[in-house]
Amino acid sequence: MTTAAVPHQAHPPTTTGLDHRKVAIWAFIGSECMLFASLISTYLIYKGKSVVGPFPHESWTDPATGHVLQPILNIPVTSMSTFVLLMSSLFMVLALEAVENKNKPAYQGTLRGNSSFWLMATALAGATFLGFQAFEFTSFVHEGLTIRRNLFGSSFFTLTGFHGAHVTAGVLWLLTLYSIDKKRGLGPKDAVLVDICALYWHFVDVVWIAIFTLVYLIS
Amino acid sequence: MAHDHHSGVEEASHQAMGEEHEHPTWREYKWVALILTLITVIEVWVYYTPFKQSTMFVPVLLGMSAVKFAIVVAFYMHLKYDHKLFRTLFIGPLIIAISTLTALLFLFSKFKY
Repeated sequence: MTTAAVPHQAHPPTTTGLDHRKVAIWAFIGSECMLFASLISTYLIYKGKSVVGPFPHESWTDPATGHVLQPILNIPVTSMSTFVLLMSSLFMVLALEAVENKNKPAYQGTLRGNSSFWLMATALAGATFLGFQAFEFTSFVHEGLTIRRNLFGSSFFTLTGFHGAHVTAGVLWLLTLYSIDKKRGLGPKDAVLVDICALYWHFVDVVWIAIFTLVYLIS
Repeated sequence: MAHDHHSGVEEASHQAMGEEHEHPTWREYKWVALILTLITVIEVWVYYTPFKQSTMFVPVLLGMSAVKFAIVVAFYMHLKYDHKLFRTLFIGPLIIAISTLTALLFLFSKFKY
C-alpha cells in the first residue's frame, strides 16, 4: 500500500533529489530579494532630496499659496495593514498544514483540516491589505502627492506599488488554489503546490516587514 | 494499513519538498504569530515615544525588523527545516542584495564615514 502510494507523490528523478518546482521558487525569491533591494535603495537615496512637499515625516508650507501640508504618512493605518499581512502569513502556514495532514483522523472534520477556509482567509487578508493600500494611495493623491510630484512620491509609489502588485499576484494564486481545493480537494500529494505558493506569500510578507520599518517608521 | 499509507504519503510529500525535519506545530505557529505581533506593537509604540529622538532609535528599529524577518523566514518559510540548497539559494542573493544596498548608500553619502 505504501509503495503504491509513493509514485503519486514523487517528482521525476532530479540530480539534487529535490523537486524542481521548489528549487525554482527559491531561486525566484532570491532574485526578488535583489529587485526589492534596488527599489529600497532608490527610495533611501532619494529620501530627503525632494524640493517640494508633501514630505513623509515633516510638514511643508507651499510658498505660492501659504497652505501648510502635514506629514503625509499615516502610521496607525499602515500599522493595521501590517498586522493584517502578518496574520495572513499565519493563515497561510495553517492552510499548508491542513493540506499536508488532511488524511489524519485528528484533522478530518475540524477547522485545522479545513484547507479551503485557511486559503480563503489568507486571500481575504491579502485583499484587505490591498484595500488599505488603495485607501492610502487615494488619500495621498487627494493631499497632493502623486508619482510626478517629487522624488519622494516617485520612489514611494514605485516601491509600494511593486509590492502591491506582488500581493495582488499572490491573492490570485491563492484564489486559484482555493478553486482547485473546492473542485477536487487538495491533499498531501498536492502539498508542494501549496508550499510554493506559501513561500511566495511569506516572501511578500518579509518584504513588507522591511518596507514598514525603512519607509514608515524611520524618519 | 491505512496508517502506513498515510505516513508513506506524508513522508514522500516531505521528501518531495526537501524537508529534513518536521514542521512546527499548530501551537508553535500561533506563538510565532504572537511574537511577531508583539514586536510590531513595540516598533509602533517606540515611534511615538521620545526615544524616537535618540541615536539608538534607528539601530533598535532595524534590529527588531531583522528579528521579525528572520522569524518569518526560519519558521513560516521553513528554511530552518529545509534542505541546505534552499538556504543557499535564499541567503546568497540576500547577502548580495544587502551588500549592494549598503554600498549604494555609502556611494550616495547617506552614511557619514
